[in-house]
Amino acid sequence: MSSVYEQLGGEAAINAAVDVFYRKVLGDKYVVRFFEGVDMDKQAAKQRAFLTMVTGGPNSYTGKDMREGHRHLIKMGLDDSHFDHILCHLRSTLAELGVAQDLIDTVISVAESTRDDVLDR
Amino acid sequence: MPTIRFEGQDYFCSSDETVLESLERHGVMLPSSCKSGTCQTCLTRALKGQPPSAAQKGLKDTLAAQNYFLACICKPEEDLEIGLASVSPKYSARLIKKDLMNESIVRLRIEVPEDFSYQAGQFINLIRPSDELTRSYSLASISSDSFLELHIKRVPEGRMSTWLFDTVEEGDELSFFGPSGDCFYLPDNPERTLLLVGAGTGLAPLHGILRDALEQGHKGPIHLFHASLAAPGLYLIDELREIAVQFSQFKYTPCVLHGDAPEGGKQGNIVDIPGQVLGSFNGFRVYLCGDPQIVNALRQKAFMAGTSMQDIHSDPFVFAPA
Ligand SMILES: Cc1cc2nc3c(=O)[nH]c(=O)nc-3n(C[C@H](O)[C@H](O)[C@H](O)COP(=O)(O)OP(=O)(O)OC[C@H]3O[C@@H](n4cnc5c(N)ncnc54)[C@H](O)[C@@H]3O)c2cc1C
Ligand code: HEM
Ligand code: FES
Repeated sequence: MSSVYEQLGGEAAINAAVDVFYRKVLGDKYVVRFFEGVDMDKQAAKQRAFLTMVTGGPNSYTGKDMREGHRHLIKMGLDDSHFDHILCHLRSTLAELGVAQDLIDTVISVAESTRDDVLDR
Repeated sequence: MPTIRFEGQDYFCSSDETVLESLERHGVMLPSSCKSGTCQTCLTRALKGQPPSAAQKGLKDTLAAQNYFLACICKPEEDLEIGLASVSPKYSARLIKKDLMNESIVRLRIEVPEDFSYQAGQFINLIRPSDELTRSYSLASISSDSFLELHIKRVPEGRMSTWLFDTVEEGDELSFFGPSGDCFYLPDNPERTLLLVGAGTGLAPLHGILRDALEQGHKGPIHLFHASLAAPGLYLIDELREIAVQFSQFKYTPCVLHGDAPEGGKQGNIVDIPGQVLGSFNGFRVYLCGDPQIVNALRQKAFMAGTSMQDIHSDPFVFAPA
């Protein structure tokens, strides 16, 4: 079966989703401090990596990468509540772009499956 | 089998290998992360040869136009010479004109060295010969001009800017290398709205981009907001008003933080003014230059007001640490 990434329309769909998703993250006072890197371009590219990964698009990230990639955020206080905010923005981004409910559920369950890695437990 | 030249060494690349894999196999590690063309950590520039367009997906179009590509998804079809930063020859050219724009900004016009080419809005790196001190200055001219133009602000105790103000004279030779930067006009959509915002000498590259866009026949609206602390800090007011008379699609708004704005201008914070005047920036292409704090704040504003991240081009004038 093809991945959600392909069913959504591949790279073009992800490009459309990045702006919507990143706008939500920057607009959310509760999580924005984790994303306030100096360079918005680099940060936007990382959001694209995130969306490609949770939709099952081409990537080679491992659980170990997720642990290492977010460890500096744990030191800043990253916990389940922030993770839940991100899931919420992910869900509403996909809904806004008109993605079918069953595909949204699949994406959310993939994202959910990384929780322990991202939170380094 | 294409060859990849990197830092003076040649490496052979097998037919199914990416540039990243090939160099890694030869023990050369480029920065990378996702290895699938999304995170852009492995951004690299082809100095010679054309990277396949598939290796440029998701890149800003001004980067793609300068042959940047993603090494982790680039399977080269021809020989490439690559570099992480571009290496440019050093040029030397005579200063032909020097005049004050206001009490703290001087305009320099320099001869165009043979085989120097650039896009209006890019910057060059000036070198002071006595000690090799190097500083970036944006080009305010366009390539059909017979000179290169720079606008220099006097920075209190600034080494390069004070030297340019007080010591350099018409007829002197100036050395520089470049050009660099991805803040320039692209004629891909002449109907699109352009938004140009800058404070102080941030006007230099914007002035170049504006004239370049008009010369290339841009038809859509062009909004320029130029800010200064107070009215005496503004410059090129008459020239910009003149362009606005000549080209009805161009709108010029001088802005001041303190005191009265000149006619047709606005008083307030430059970070807020474009949004107050224009509302949504949906579908705009945005250029932001000058003071880093203002540029970064405007980047976020423009993005939140509907501009796609891909369409925001900026040149923060980051100053070298003392
Ligand atoms: C891409 C790019 C394009 C640029 N384009 C232009 C341009 O078109 N016109 C232009 O005038 N400048 C431009 N600049 C800034 C320029 O490169 C120098 O940083 C500036 O002229 C100061 O150099 P200096 O040697 O005179 O000062 P320095 O000797 O480096 O600095 C002296 C002191 O002043 C501080 N300082 C430096 N700049 C500022 C500032 N702006 N505000 C407050 N404090 C400061 C320094 O930290 C230091 O303490 C650009 C910078 C970049 C990165
Ligand atoms: C939902 C599960 C998550 C997944 C699958 C995920 C995935 C990713 C990926 C793939 C990257 C790019 C790594 C790289 O290539 O450098 C990344 C970076 C990042 N993530 Fe996550 N992420 C998740 C949750 C979160 C949460 C909850 C936060 C904070 C609230 C967060 C904040 C960040 C930040 C700030 C970066 C950039 C780090 C840097 O600058 O290097 N992520 N994430
Ligand atoms: S390593 Fe992520 S884009 Fe190349």
